[in-house]
Amino acid sequence: MSLIDIQRISRLYQMGTETIHALRDVSLQIQRGEYLAIMGPSGSGKSTLMNILGCLDTPSGGKFVLNGSDVSGMDDNALSEIRNREIGFVFQSFNLLSRSTALQNVELPMIYAGVSKGERLERAMNALVAVRLGDRVHHRPNELSGGQRQRVAVARALVNRPSILLADEPTGNLDSKTGVEILSLFEELASKGNTIIVVTHEEEVAQHSRRIVRLRDGLIAADELVQKNGAMAAAAPVVSPIPVVVHSGPPPVPPGVH
Amino acid sequence: MTFFAEIIEGLRISWSAIRANRMRSVLTTLGVIIGVLTVTMMATAINGLNSAFQTSISIMGADVVYVQRFPWFMDHSEWLLSRNRREITMEQVRGVERQLTTAKAIAPVAMTRRDLVYQRRNGGAVQIIGTSEKQVETGSLNMSQGRFFAAAEVEGARPVCVIGYDVATRMFPNESPIGRRLQVGDRALEVVGVVEKRGRFLGLFSLDEVVFLPVTFFFNAYEQKPDLRIDVKVGSLEGIEETREELIGIMRKLRKTPPGVLDDFAINQQDAFVQNFNKVGGTIASLGLFVTGLSLFVGGIGIMNIMFVSVSERTKEIGIRRAIGAKRRTILLQFLIEAVLLCIMGGIIALLLSAPITLVVAIFLPAALSPSIILIALGVSVVTGVVSGFVPAYRASQMSPVDALRTE
Repeated sequence: MSLIDIQRISRLYQMGTETIHALRDVSLQIQRGEYLAIMGPSGSGKSTLMNILGCLDTPSGGKFVLNGSDVSGMDDNALSEIRNREIGFVFQSFNLLSRSTALQNVELPMIYAGVSKGERLERAMNALVAVRLGDRVHHRPNELSGGQRQRVAVARALVNRPSILLADEPTGNLDSKTGVEILSLFEELASKGNTIIVVTHEEEVAQHSRRIVRLRDGLIAADELVQKNGAMAAAAPVVSPIPVVVHSGPPPVPPGVH
Repeated sequence: MTFFAEIIEGLRISWSAIRANRMRSVLTTLGVIIGVLTVTMMATAINGLNSAFQTSISIMGADVVYVQRFPWFMDHSEWLLSRNRREITMEQVRGVERQLTTAKAIAPVAMTRRDLVYQRRNGGAVQIIGTSEKQVETGSLNMSQGRFFAAAEVEGARPVCVIGYDVATRMFPNESPIGRRLQVGDRALEVVGVVEKRGRFLGLFSLDEVVFLPVTFFFNAYEQKPDLRIDVKVGSLEGIEETREELIGIMRKLRKTPPGVLDDFAINQQDAFVQNFNKVGGTIASLGLFVTGLSLFVGGIGIMNIMFVSVSERTKEIGIRRAIGAKRRTILLQFLIEAVLLCIMGGIIALLLSAPITLVVAIFLPAALSPSIILIALGVSVVTGVVSGFVPAYRASQMSPVDALRTE
């Protein structure tokens, strides 16, 4: 069974008297452990698809089954729980809470999940150590560099052991060196079995993934596997582009979170 | 996420939000501070009035009824109907004394005002009460010095008197008044006793600026046929109704009131005061409620306003929290808690301010800050916070996560 199974979903927006088809009958299956990029020019529907994949938005039609449960008909409360448990977000502008420390930011998803204080603290610390920020836990976002902020965001995204890490232009606000840093972090996470979906318009970023879905005018224009050349293969361990995932046990455990 | 954890987290977030905007928070709270301050002051005033009334009324004795020509409270038309009533005479007092079976003590009371003079000291006009030895019981008098005059002295219309506490300290500052000859009007009387301090009645006049003397002497020396009051001590609250009935029968007979004609006298009791006070007190309270309600309303609008600002400033934060898994309820609660916290802070500041104000007011009026007032003030703060914070918080909770995340 696919981790994500999207069947003919569409999304309509009403703009005054005009109806805009942001997505038209899109179908897509994503397996557990995949590292996938969604690409497309602006207006292609990739943000809409990301919002639906992230359960921030619901499709106008079609069916979306995530990890065995149909989320297309869920109410707001249930979707909030799905977001909390199944999805870890990484945004272009980091979206950390500015008045909270790195540790408090990482604790937040667990607060909403009802994790006890002691466990929360331990898991948040571990998650921050895993992204190599063990010495910055009490810093506020404005005391951290862009790359460090994005690593806090990754730690926050993974701390509840979600099924999917959903990243929206994760390197968009970073210089190229830090961008590569984050992308290699993603590769490390992918190699450990995390499912990662990156939404981007940068070909370079997409090339780090193993499968690229290209959208155009609300339709899937292409769905291709990334052929790793020598240079890239050196940066990332070569694994089968679509891992043959047969286990149906608990979701993969993020690094350092035990 | 448990409700309790949500509240703890909400408190933490609110506190940091309030601290991040100190100046704004303080200014917003000002409205609530003034509102709660009015609530506290109003409640304190009403409380003070009530307790002053209770003390005054307890001096009167709950089980005493007063037979008089007129009721204590009447409107103009009642006055027009009853102004021609005949006086209550000493014969009627004697009649009541003879016939009334259900009373513990009966005393006549005649009142006038006369100047007091002792040696070269002129004490001005005070209330003169002509009565019998039974006044000790009907008026619940305690003696601080000497004795009350005896039945024989009333019988013989002796020139003796018992003086109130303030009269004693004023006229005899350096000596015991017992045995001295005090000039009351144009007669000199021997002081035989001093009554213990009794205080003021409703804060209006002193009950200690008074001279008691035998009613018989009163007739001889001051007024031959005054309008009398008959004080009847029943002895128990349950007996009051029976005694009233009996008194009405006896008085009608003594005054020869024809059947079918309304009573041409009144039987007054503490009740009338209580009822009248409750009427006035109710008016004061509802007026106070209106004023406080108005100022709280203004304070509440201030809170609502600033909560709208807070919500729109933190739209992005709402989006982030929703993406991470906060439910609508969590967001609603977070902003409600912020509004309530602001109001409670205002309430506490108002209480801290009202404590010294109450102390100052207490010099002039009976006023005290009671635990119940503190509870009311805090309760009112919480309610104001919930009411004024609800609409902004609800709006925050209904934002779509996608739109909230998109704002910068």
